[in-house]
Amino acid sequence: MLSVFKTLWLVFLHLFRKRITVQYPEQRPYMPPRFRARIILSRDPDGGERCVACYLCSAVCPVSCIALQAAEDETGRRYPEFFRINFSRCIFCGFCEEACPTYAIQLTPDFEMSEYDRQKLVYEKEDLLISGCGKYPGYNYWRVAGVKIGGKDTGQAENEEPPVDLRGLMP
Amino acid sequence: MREICIIVVLLVGVLTLAAALIWVERRLLAMWQDRWGPNRLGPLGLLQIVADMLKIFTKEDWIPDFADKPVFVVAPAIIVVAALLALGVVAFGPGLVVADLNIGLLFVLAMTAMGVYSIALAGWASNSKYPLLGGMRSAAQLLSYEVFMGLSVMGVVLMAGSFNLTRIVEAQRHMWFCVPQAAGLLLFFIAGIAETHRLPFDLPEAENELVAGYHSEYSGLKFAMFLLGEYVAIVVICSLTVTLFFGGWLGPVLPPLAWFVLKTLLLICLFILMRGSLPRLRYDQLMSFGWKVMLPLALLNVVATGGVLLLVRG
Repeated sequence: MLSVFKTLWLVFLHLFRKRITVQYPEQRPYMPPRFRARIILSRDPDGGERCVACYLCSAVCPVSCIALQAAEDETGRRYPEFFRINFSRCIFCGFCEEACPTYAIQLTPDFEMSEYDRQKLVYEKEDLLISGCGKYPGYNYWRVAGVKIGGKDTGQAENEEPPVDLRGLMP
Repeated sequence: MREICIIVVLLVGVLTLAAALIWVERRLLAMWQDRWGPNRLGPLGLLQIVADMLKIFTKEDWIPDFADKPVFVVAPAIIVVAALLALGVVAFGPGLVVADLNIGLLFVLAMTAMGVYSIALAGWASNSKYPLLGGMRSAAQLLSYEVFMGLSVMGVVLMAGSFNLTRIVEAQRHMWFCVPQAAGLLLFFIAGIAETHRLPFDLPEAENELVAGYHSEYSGLKFAMFLLGEYVAIVVICSLTVTLFFGGWLGPVLPPLAWFVLKTLLLICLFILMRGSLPRLRYDQLMSFGWKVMLPLALLNVVATGGVLLLVRG
């Protein structure tokens, strides 16, 4: 019997506790930098698209919400002709970010992407591309990769030795 | 003319209060759980009441094919009618009463007993498992708690010498009955919680065992009637507790009606606090508590009060 009154009193005292509720639109919650929400496509430090259209994100996506088409420009750089993410399907698992070999696709802490129209949840490449490097500043895939493109021959990448002349090894 | 005015004011007041109680309950429960509750719509979230009403009015009012239709429709009306009739004899102030019956207290007890029909019939007419279980439980629970509810107020009746609620209030001029009848107050309040089937005695509903108990099959306005009936019943029990034990409208400075409303609202808050803190009893615990603890205590209270009164008054 006494415990009942004690319970009532203790619960009553909660009236004067601090509220747990975050009054959302006025009061913003803290979003950790690694929070997984809206997906973006980042760019090189010199402004080129990072995405090389390798299809790895599309392949790893458990709900198949990423669609893209690879293309190649006149310099030999691969890029996606279109890149489409259907956010009405996306489960924000972050597998695409893990799979990406060029740090192009990244998840950001921006979660406010509700729409009244379902069709508006399909983001095209121009909606996804941002102007900066995202979480990896200074990284440039084409500068460190050994792939030959226009303006950069084999052996000219960072930390890459010039190719060895095999015949020069002969005695 | 005067009666009609009181009736209209009472009906509008009580029905508004019952609707507002939904908001009050949500806000208070939230406050006791370190949350804010509905505070967005209008000042303090008060317009939430209007939104809730609109929502429940526009819900589909559906009667299942397997239900016993006439009974299914009548059941929710009974609880509201019974609860509102009980309010008819409660005196809110000197002369502020619809029908000043000389057996007012008996009438209130009879009307709260009518409520059990509503729930038992609703459970029966729904013609499905969980409502039936809820209806049966409520029939058993309300019957056993009614027994000592009637007995627990007999001490008050003995001291006041009347069944008339106005006379009972007048008899508390010098001392509220909550002091000499503390045991009676406790017994009556516990029986009152069981009568309104609120936590910790909400076995007829028991949403985590019986879906929603007796009103599982109800929707729309008929469901709203059950909700309304429950809140009006709370108002009835609280105003009755105030009348019988806390001196009704008696109090200094403020006008009588204000005192009555204030005391009633405080008790309603206590009802909500209990919902926020106490766990539901098991069915056998409920029954043995009612019959083995409360009933003997109520009988003992009647005997002791009668004995003391005989000694004092000769």
